[in-house]
Amino acid sequence: MNSISQSVPKRDHGEKVSGRAVYTADYPNTDLLTARVLRSTKPHAVIRDVAVPELPEGYFYVDHRDIPARNQVQMGLGDTPVFAVEEVRYIGDPIGLIVGPDPETVDRLLSEVIVKYEELPFINDPHKSDMNFFEYDYGKGDPDQKFQEADLIYEETFHTGAQEQAYLETQGMIAEPDPETGGVIVHGSMQCPFYLVSALEPVLDMEPGQLRVIQDVTGGGFGGKEDYPSVLACQTAVAALKTGKPVRIVLSREEDMTVTSKKHPSETKIRGALKDGKLTALDIDICYDSGAYSTLSMVVLQRGIISAPGVYKCDDIKVHGTAARTNVVPYGAYRGFGGAQVFFAIERFMDHLAEKAGLDPVDFKIANTAVQGDLTSTSGRYHFHVPIPEMTDQVMEAADYRRKQEEYSKPQDGRYRRGIGMSLCFHGDGFTGNGERDLIKAVVRMTKDTDDKAHIFVSSTDMGQGFFTSLPKIASRELEIPVEDIIYEMPDTHKTPDSGPTVASRSTMVVGELIRRASQKLKEEWVPGEEAEVYEHYTHPDFMIPFDISKFNGDAYPTFSWGVYCVEVLIDTLTGLVSLPGVWTSFDVGTPIDLNILTGQMEGGVMQSLGYSSMEQIPYDQSCRIRNNKFSDYLIPTASDYPDIHVMYCPVEYPHGPYGAKGAGELPAVGAPSAYAAAVEQAVGGLFAKIPITAEEVLNAVGRNA
Amino acid sequence: MAKDTINLSVNGIDYTFSIGDNFGQVPCNETLLDTLRNRLNLTAAKKACDEGACGCCTVIKDGDAVPSCMTLLADCDGCQITTLEGLSDPVTGELSELQQKFIDYYAFQCGFCTPGIIMTTKALLDKNPHPTEEEIRDALSGNYCRCISHYHVFEAVNAIAGRPEDLDEKWEGRR
Ligand code: FES
Ligand code: FES
Repeated sequence: MNSISQSVPKRDHGEKVSGRAVYTADYPNTDLLTARVLRSTKPHAVIRDVAVPELPEGYFYVDHRDIPARNQVQMGLGDTPVFAVEEVRYIGDPIGLIVGPDPETVDRLLSEVIVKYEELPFINDPHKSDMNFFEYDYGKGDPDQKFQEADLIYEETFHTGAQEQAYLETQGMIAEPDPETGGVIVHGSMQCPFYLVSALEPVLDMEPGQLRVIQDVTGGGFGGKEDYPSVLACQTAVAALKTGKPVRIVLSREEDMTVTSKKHPSETKIRGALKDGKLTALDIDICYDSGAYSTLSMVVLQRGIISAPGVYKCDDIKVHGTAARTNVVPYGAYRGFGGAQVFFAIERFMDHLAEKAGLDPVDFKIANTAVQGDLTSTSGRYHFHVPIPEMTDQVMEAADYRRKQEEYSKPQDGRYRRGIGMSLCFHGDGFTGNGERDLIKAVVRMTKDTDDKAHIFVSSTDMGQGFFTSLPKIASRELEIPVEDIIYEMPDTHKTPDSGPTVASRSTMVVGELIRRASQKLKEEWVPGEEAEVYEHYTHPDFMIPFDISKFNGDAYPTFSWGVYCVEVLIDTLTGLVSLPGVWTSFDVGTPIDLNILTGQMEGGVMQSLGYSSMEQIPYDQSCRIRNNKFSDYLIPTASDYPDIHVMYCPVEYPHGPYGAKGAGELPAVGAPSAYAAAVEQAVGGLFAKIPITAEEVLNAVGRNA
Repeated sequence: MAKDTINLSVNGIDYTFSIGDNFGQVPCNETLLDTLRNRLNLTAAKKACDEGACGCCTVIKDGDAVPSCMTLLADCDGCQITTLEGLSDPVTGELSELQQKFIDYYAFQCGFCTPGIIMTTKALLDKNPHPTEEEIRDALSGNYCRCISHYHVFEAVNAIAGRPEDLDEKWEGRR
C-alpha cells in the first residue's frame, strides 16, 4: 500500500462533533434580513398581475425590476431568469422576494401576495416536448453493415427515474453590500464559488473585484449544489443591493425539493448486433427529460452519450441523444452526471443479449470488455490498463458469485427467493473533452509564512468528501512538514485563484496534482522564517488525442475510474420487500489518497445508487406538481436498510494524478442499478428494464410469473 | 390548561420563558428547535425537514432522544434538555468520549446529520451501555445520513460499547 493511503484524522472533525461548525442557516437572525421566494404555482402560465400587500416599514418586495443589469443566470443557454418576468415555466419558478427583519412577518406577507395567471398548455412528457435544448449525433465504423452480418440482433428500451440529492443541509445563501468595493459579498452553501462570480457579473454589471464569494461550511452537495447556488446568489445579491442590508435565503425542505435540480429521468433505446460471441454494433438513442430550463443538461447529456456504450469494445456504433424541455423542475447534476442512466441501460442490455444468445452474462461481458489500446466510443484510446477482468474476479470470489448464481437460477417457489447480479461501469475522470484546458485552466496558489506554515489557496470546496484533509496530506508529503502545519481556509474568491469547480471527480486528480507540484516548488524556495509564494497552472496531458466536440471525436477523458458491483437480494414474495444479504464492489480510483475518506465515499455512493435502484422516485401529479416533496414522502435508505457493503480496491496508477490517484467521488454512484435489477430478475423472473424497482413492481412480477 | 410560564434546563442552565402573543413572549406554537436556535443561539441541532422525518434536530429530553422540531417549547416545562453543545466540557471545551469516538472512526462526512446522530447515540448508550448491532441500527433508523456514514457510526458506537474486537479486521490498514 502506498503510504499516502494511510488515513489521518479529518481536519474539520472537531468543529463538527462539537456543533461549532457554522452553516449558512446558523448565522444569527439579528443581523440579517430574511428573504422568502414568491414562486409560481402553475407549471406554465403568463403572469397577468402580482398584487403585493402593503408592506410595513423595513419590508421590501424585490423582483425583476430591481435587477441592475441582465435578468439571466449564467448557465446553459442562458434561459434561466433570476426572477420570472412574464412567463413561468414550472411549479416553483421564482417571481419575486419578500424581504424583511422578522421571518414570521415575511412568511405572512408572502402568503398575502396574489398572483394572477393566464394558464398555458404544459408538457409533462419529454416525448411530447416542443423543443430539444440539445441534440447530438455521433458514431463510427459501419453499424448498418454489422447489423446485416449479425448472428443475432436484439433491441430493448430502458427507463430510469429522477433522483433527489437529498443533501441534509438545504440550500442557503447570504449576500451583503460591500461598502469597500460598492459590490457584494456572498457566502453560502455551494460547490463552485467561481460559478457564482460568473453568474453575478452580468446580473449586477460589476467587475469580479466587486464580487466576493466565500463558501460556508457545506452540508452535502452530490451535484445539487453545482448550479442552483448561482440562482440564490443572484436573488440575494439583488435584494442586498436594494435594501442595503445583508439578506439571507434558506430554502425549506419542501421548497428545496420542489425547485432545485435532480438527476435526469431517462429513456434509452439500444439495438445491438452479435456475431460469434462478440458485440459488433450498437445503435443507441437517449432522451433525458431536462425540465423547464437548460441549466447543466448540455454537459450531462454529453457525458451520457459518450458513456453509453459502456465498458465494451465496439467499433461500429451510432449514438443519438436529446435533452428535451418540459414544464417540470430543471434537472441537473447528480453525482455520476448522466452516467448512472446509461450504465443501467447498457448493462441490462448486455445481460439480456447474453441470455438471448444462451451465454453466461459475466463471461460475455468480460469477453467484450475493452482493453488497453482499444478505441473508446469517441475513437479516443484507453491509454491505460483496464482492470475490469481482475476486479470482476475479485468481486466474484468475495461474493461466491458462481455458486450462488448457479443455485439461484434453479426454479424457486418458496415465499423467500434469492437472486444475484453483477454490473460493470466506468466514470471518465475530469471534465469532458478539452474542458480542463480550454475552459477551466485551473490555477493554485501556495504560500509559506514566517512561522513556517504552508497555506493552500484553491477554490475547491469540501462539502463532506474530505478534500480539506486529502489536499493538505498531499502538501504535507511533498513539503515534509506535519499536516497540522498546512492551512487550507474556506475558499474565498478574493483570496484564492480559480482552481475550477468542485465537480466531475476532478479535484483530487487535477487540483491534487497541482498542489503536489506547487508544494515541490515551494519546497525549493523554502527558507525558514521567510515568506514565499508560488503558483501552479494546469498542463494538459500530452498523450491525449484532441477532442472535437462537434464530432464527438478524440479523447473525451484522459483516463477512467472503473467499478464492478455484485448485489445479492432476498425477496419476500408476499410483501415485495427486498433485503440485501450482501453487496460486493471493487473500484479502481488509482492510488487511494486516504483510505478512510475514500471508503466512506464508496459506501455512500453505492448506497445512494441502491436507493436509486429500489426506492427513490419523484412522481408528479397531473399538473406537474411533485407529489413527494418532503422527507416523510421521499424515502431514502436509512440505517435499518443498509446491507453489508464490501468495498475492495484495484488501483491502476495514473501517472498524471498525485501519486497515481484518479477521480473517485462519483464512480460508486454510477453502476449498481443493473446489478440490483439483475438480482431481482433472477429471484422473481421477468425482464427488469426500469428503475426504481419498488416493492410494488416486485409484486407485479411475482404475480405475472406465478 | 397549559402553563404560561415554562421553566426548563438546557445543558445545565435554567431558563424561564413566558408563553403568549405579547412582545417578549414565546408563541405557543414555537418548537423547541426554534427556541434553541433562535433564542438561545444553540445551533448544533439542525432544521433539515421540520417534520420529524430526518433526526437532524434530535436533542435529549429527560433521557429520551426526541426530534426538537416536533416538540413544542410549551411542552417542556420542568424538562432537562441536552443538546450537542452540552456534551463537551463547558470550560475547557474538551470533547466527551463519544464525540472523540466519532472522530476516531470517521463517523461522518459532511457532518450535517452528526449533531442529531450523536444525541440519538448518546440517549441509547445512556439507557443501554452495551447495545447489539441490531439495537444500534434500530435506534438510528430515524436519523437520515445522506453521505451514508452510518457504517462508521456503528463502528464508533461498537468501540464505546466495548466490542472493539468486531472492528479489528475491517479497520486494518485504515487507521
Ligand atoms: S428537522 Fe426535525 S426531524 Fe428533521
Ligand atoms: S455526514 Fe453528511 S449527512 Fe451524514
